[in-house]
Amino acid sequence: MKQHGDVILAYSIMIGLIILVGFLQSWSIALSILCFCLISAVMTMGANIQWGYAGLINFGIMGYTALGGLAAVLVSVPPVKEAWQAGGILMLLCVLIIISMVLGVRFILKKYQKSKKRNYGVAFVIIVGLIFLRLISGPAIESIEAVNPATTGFLGGMGLPILFSWIVGAFFAGGLAYIIGKIALGLRADYLAIATLLISEIVIAVIKHEDWLARGVKNVIGLNRPVPYEIDLQAKQWFINLVEKFNQGTLNLVTDTLEREQLLKQLVIEGSTVFVKLCYAGLFTIVVIILLIITQKALYSPWGRMMRAIRDNEEAADAMGKNVVKQHLLIFVLGSAVVGIAGAMMVTYDGLFTPGSYRPMRYTFLIWVMVIVGGSGNNFGSILGGFAVWFLWIEAAPASLYLINLFTSGLEETNALKIHLINSIPYFRLLVMGIALLLVMRYRPKGILPEKIKHI
Amino acid sequence: MIQKLEDLFWVDDMDFINAIVLLLNYIFVPALSYGSQLALGAIFVSLIYGILRFAYFTAGDLMSFGTMFTILFTWHFQSLGINLGILPTALLAIPFGVIITILYVLIKDKLVFSYYRMKKSPPVMLAMVSIGTMFVTQAIVRIIIGPFDRRFFDGEKFILKANEFKEMTGLNEGLTIKSTQVITLLVTIIVVSILFWFLNKTKTGKSMRAYSDNEDLALLSGIDPKRVVMITWVIAAILATIGGTLYGLDKSFKPFTYFNNMLPIFAAAIVGGIGNPFGAFLGGYVIAFSEILLTYAYRKFFVYVLPENLEPDSLLQLLSTDYKFAVSFSILVVVLLFRPSGIFKGKII
Repeated sequence: MKQHGDVILAYSIMIGLIILVGFLQSWSIALSILCFCLISAVMTMGANIQWGYAGLINFGIMGYTALGGLAAVLVSVPPVKEAWQAGGILMLLCVLIIISMVLGVRFILKKYQKSKKRNYGVAFVIIVGLIFLRLISGPAIESIEAVNPATTGFLGGMGLPILFSWIVGAFFAGGLAYIIGKIALGLRADYLAIATLLISEIVIAVIKHEDWLARGVKNVIGLNRPVPYEIDLQAKQWFINLVEKFNQGTLNLVTDTLEREQLLKQLVIEGSTVFVKLCYAGLFTIVVIILLIITQKALYSPWGRMMRAIRDNEEAADAMGKNVVKQHLLIFVLGSAVVGIAGAMMVTYDGLFTPGSYRPMRYTFLIWVMVIVGGSGNNFGSILGGFAVWFLWIEAAPASLYLINLFTSGLEETNALKIHLINSIPYFRLLVMGIALLLVMRYRPKGILPEKIKHI
Repeated sequence: MIQKLEDLFWVDDMDFINAIVLLLNYIFVPALSYGSQLALGAIFVSLIYGILRFAYFTAGDLMSFGTMFTILFTWHFQSLGINLGILPTALLAIPFGVIITILYVLIKDKLVFSYYRMKKSPPVMLAMVSIGTMFVTQAIVRIIIGPFDRRFFDGEKFILKANEFKEMTGLNEGLTIKSTQVITLLVTIIVVSILFWFLNKTKTGKSMRAYSDNEDLALLSGIDPKRVVMITWVIAAILATIGGTLYGLDKSFKPFTYFNNMLPIFAAAIVGGIGNPFGAFLGGYVIAFSEILLTYAYRKFFVYVLPENLEPDSLLQLLSTDYKFAVSFSILVVVLLFRPSGIFKGKII
C-alpha cells in the first residue's frame, strides 16, 4: 500500500479541490468540472497509450475527438427520410466507388513491381475515381442539402440511443487511425507530430464543410440523452420528495406555507440540474474505471512489457523478433479509439455537435499538457493530469480575477490598465497552462505521478 | 494617351489576353504575395530545425508577437503624426518590433531552451517545450492586444486599380495590384537575398551551415555553438516580425489566424526539405500556388479561351475554397510519402 501513497494523496487533493468549488461557487459548476475532468481523463488515457506505452506522438487528437462526436450524431439522430429518398442511393454508390478505388489501388500495389508504371496506374485509378465521385455526388449533395435546410438538410443518423455512439466513435477514430498509421507511422517523431496535426485539420475541414453528413457549421442540436431531462424530473413526485428530504433543514426554517412551496420549487429546479450532471458523472466514471482496468492489465501483461521494450529500444526489440511496425500500428489504433470514445462522450454531455468549436489549442495541445503534466506511461498519472489541468483551465479565470484585483487594489476602478487586465482574463488561462507545462517539464520531467515499472 | 493594347499587338480577339489577365489577377498576384509571407516563416522554421534541431511550434505565435509590437509602434508613430507618405507607417515601426522580438526570443532561449540543449534532450522534448512557449506567447499577445481583428494599414492602398487598368488597356478584365503586395514582394526579395548572402558568403553564416550539417565536426573546428544559436534566434526573430507584419498589412492582424498559419508554414518547410532554408523559401510558393490553383473556379477562364459552343456550364473548381488548408496538407502528405526529404532535399528525418 505504501507505494500507492502518492497516488492516493494526489487524488484526494484533486477531489478535495472539486468539492471546494462545490462549496465556494456552486455544485452545478463543480459537477460540470468533474464531468469534463472525466472526459479529459479518457482523452488523456488514449494519448498516454500512444505516447506513454509506445512513444508515438499523436498531435491529431482533435481529429479523433471530432470523429467521436460525428459518431454521436450519426448514431442518435433519427434518419431524414426525404433526404435519403433525394440522394441516399447515390451517396451509397459513392461509398461503393471509394471502396472499389481503395481495392483497385491495393490490387495494383500488390500485383505489380515498384515502378513508374505502377505509380501512374495508381494515379490513374485515383483520378478516375475522383471524377466519378464528383459527378455522382455533386447533384446528390445538392438535393440532400435542399431538403428542409433550416432544420435538417442532411442524411441524419440511425435513430439509436446515443450510448451506442461511444462504441461507434471508437470504431470511427480507430479506422481513421489505421489509415493514418499506414501512411505516416514510418516517419520520425517530430514529422509524425506535424503530419498528424495537419491530418486532423483536414478531418475538421471535411466535417465542417460536408453539410450532407452532419450539417457542417450549421451544427446539430438537441441530441437525445442517456439520462432524464430536467423538465421531466421536476414533474416527478419521487424526485420532489427526494429534494424535500435532502433539504429538510432549510425548509423547516420557513414557516409560511406559500413561501415554503416557492423555496421547494426553486430547490427542485436546482436539484434537477445537479441530478442530471450526477447521472452523467456516474456514466463517465464507469467508462473511466473500465478503461483503467483494461489499460492497467495491458500495461503489466507480456504485451505491455513488449511495448515498453519497443519504446525504449526499437532496434533491440526488432532483433528479438518483435514486429515493431505492426505493434506501432496496433497501439496507434487503440489509443485513437479511446480518444474517439471521449469525443462521443463529450458530444453526449453537451447535447450538441458544433464542428466550428474544434480547435487544436483546446483539443490537441491541452490534452498533451495533461499527458505531460500528469505523468506519461502511468495510467493513474494521466487521469490525474486530465483532472488537474482541466481544473486549472477552468479555475484559472476566477483565480486570475482574484489576483488582478488583489494586485491592482491600489488603483481606481476606472484605471485603464485595470480595466484592460480584467477584460483579458480569459487569456490568463493560456499563460497558466504554458507556465505549468514549462515548470513540470523542467523540474519534474516525468510528470506528477511518474511511470513506475513493477518488477515481479 | 496610352495606346490601347489592341492596337499595340494587332490582336483582333482579345479573349486570350483577357484570360491571362484573369489568371494574373486572381491567381498569380495573390499567390505571389501569400507565398512570400509563408516563405519568410518557413525559412526560419527550417533554420531552427537545422541548427537547434527541433520542430518549433511557436512559429505562428512568434510572428504574431513581432507583428503586435510593430502595430503598437505604428499606432504610437501615428499618434505623433509621423508617417511615410504613400508607404505604410508600419515599415518604419518594423525595426522596433524586431528589436523587442529579438530580446524576447533571447530571453526565452536563456530561460527555457538552453537548459534542454545543455542536457542534450531528444528533439521531441524540445518540441514539447516549444508548445509550452507557444501557450505563453499566445497568452502575452492576447493579453496585450486582445484577440480581435486589427488593421494598421495606412498610405496608398492600390498601385493599380481594376478600373484604371481596364481604361488603360481596353480589356474586359481588370488587374488590381495592391501596394501591400508589391511591398511584400520587394521586402521579401531584399530580406531573402541578404539572408542567403549572409549564410553563403560570411564567415558566421558558413559556420552556421557547418553547425547544421555536422554538429560535432563544427565544434571540433572551433565554432562557438552559443554564438551560432544566438544568431539563429536573432534571424528567426527578424524573419518572424517582417513576415508577420507583411501578412498583417496585406490581410489583417488576428492572433488566431497567425496561430493557424503555423500549419501551412510547416507544410512549406517540410515540402521544401526541412533544414534547407532555400528549399523552405521555394516551399512557401509551392504551397501558396497550389492552394490557390486548386481552389480557383476556372469557369471564366475557359469561357474566354474556348470557342463559344464549348463553353462550360459548371464552375470548374477542382476543390471548394473551404478546403484551402486541406490542399497544402495533402501536398505535404504526398511529399512525405514519396520523398520524405522534401522536394529540394533537406535533412532526411
